[in-house]
Amino acid sequence: MEFLRPANLAEALAAKAEHPDAVPLAGGTDVMVELNFDHRRPDALLDLTRVAELAGWTVEDGVVRLGAGVSYTRLITELGEQLPALAMASRTVGSPQIRNRGTVGGNLGAASPAGDTHPVLLATGARVEVASTRGTRMIDADDFYVGVKKHSLAPDELIVAVHLPVATAPQQFAKVGTRNAMVIAVCSFAVALDPEHRRAGAAIGSAAPTPRRAAEAEEFLAAELPWDAPAPLRDSVKRRFGELVASAAAPIDDVRGTAEYRRHALAVLARRTLGWAWQDYLGSERTCA
Amino acid sequence: MRVNVTVNGEARQADDVWEGESLLYLLRERLGLPGSKNACEQGECGSCTVYLDGTPVCACLVAAGQAEGREVRTVEGLADGDRLDPVQQSFVDAGAVQCGFCTPGLVVAAHDLLNRVPNPSDEEIREALAGNLCRCTGYEKILDAVRAAAK
Repeated sequence: MEFLRPANLAEALAAKAEHPDAVPLAGGTDVMVELNFDHRRPDALLDLTRVAELAGWTVEDGVVRLGAGVSYTRLITELGEQLPALAMASRTVGSPQIRNRGTVGGNLGAASPAGDTHPVLLATGARVEVASTRGTRMIDADDFYVGVKKHSLAPDELIVAVHLPVATAPQQFAKVGTRNAMVIAVCSFAVALDPEHRRAGAAIGSAAPTPRRAAEAEEFLAAELPWDAPAPLRDSVKRRFGELVASAAAPIDDVRGTAEYRRHALAVLARRTLGWAWQDYLGSERTCA
Repeated sequence: MRVNVTVNGEARQADDVWEGESLLYLLRERLGLPGSKNACEQGECGSCTVYLDGTPVCACLVAAGQAEGREVRTVEGLADGDRLDPVQQSFVDAGAVQCGFCTPGLVVAAHDLLNRVPNPSDEEIREALAGNLCRCTGYEKILDAVRAAAK
């Protein structure tokens, strides 16, 4: 095994081009587990923790460019206002020790259906910036996940950053786990209101082979939410939304929960988070007026 | 490969480090520092918690090569000579140590919490220790120890 230690992004991309099988290593919270348990023996590890270009974030024209190497802890402490749902999801990741190391870039690279940040990236219309020695391209979160732990990167590409719009309205993320800390999601859900475009994003995690958007539920909200005359939502709207979210799932029975339970829990998460987000929206509207 | 790392203020070097090896293995097996415990090797139990450049991490999830040129502080590096760190002393006084396996990780996690938040609420203590499992104590005496150390 080789241990590649690029000092900057150009070196990292050159190393990935030369060793397409090299496994990128950032926080190590997934990759090291596989190594410790002898589940993976890659030819090379590509340590990205020295690449300064991945370690920061910027905000420009209402879009956060979040470096792939920014830890969850930093995201929570520094970007809670701009990216509320992503910060909420980050707070549910592992433990303080894990959040000190783990990154959104790593979550994307692992592309687990249960990754905590994925529903937020989908619901907010995030784009993933990937690069290789051939150049840089943007992948819509919608097109990023292509199968269980599979993403749409070419072998010579690295995830450089994630671009997310600064929140202009309430967002929510919720997750069901068997305990509060240190737990992988049984299912998870994110909703993001977008009053400017009269839209709301909705996406599910850990309830299909990939994280996925709940398209019908989104269309329903776009038509039903009383954007122009904000008023409390009728229960029937929240319930119907929950049903449509649940119907977007294609879950499996496994040790963490049954498919039936996951569908049920998603409907509950969707109903509640929509209620919370809309209530916040009403509150902020009243404050503004 | 060779790894150079500063551990508890001292420059250390290890040779023949396997590229997939963890910082935990490096500390325990190559540098003779068995304070950090090897239990789950998947970041679930927190028994191997150490500071890496001042941030608490699970040493089992850091590749040894990632520690090159960095500073590590283990539970062995908290005491000042023979004088225990106040957090360590507090664990002893409160009877928060039973089998002792989880203690080093809990002490480092509590040490970090009290550096950041001198007077934490119970909720903050619970959150800060959420990544450290203990199978003996029921956690009550551990909470007592952290509360006492905060005073």
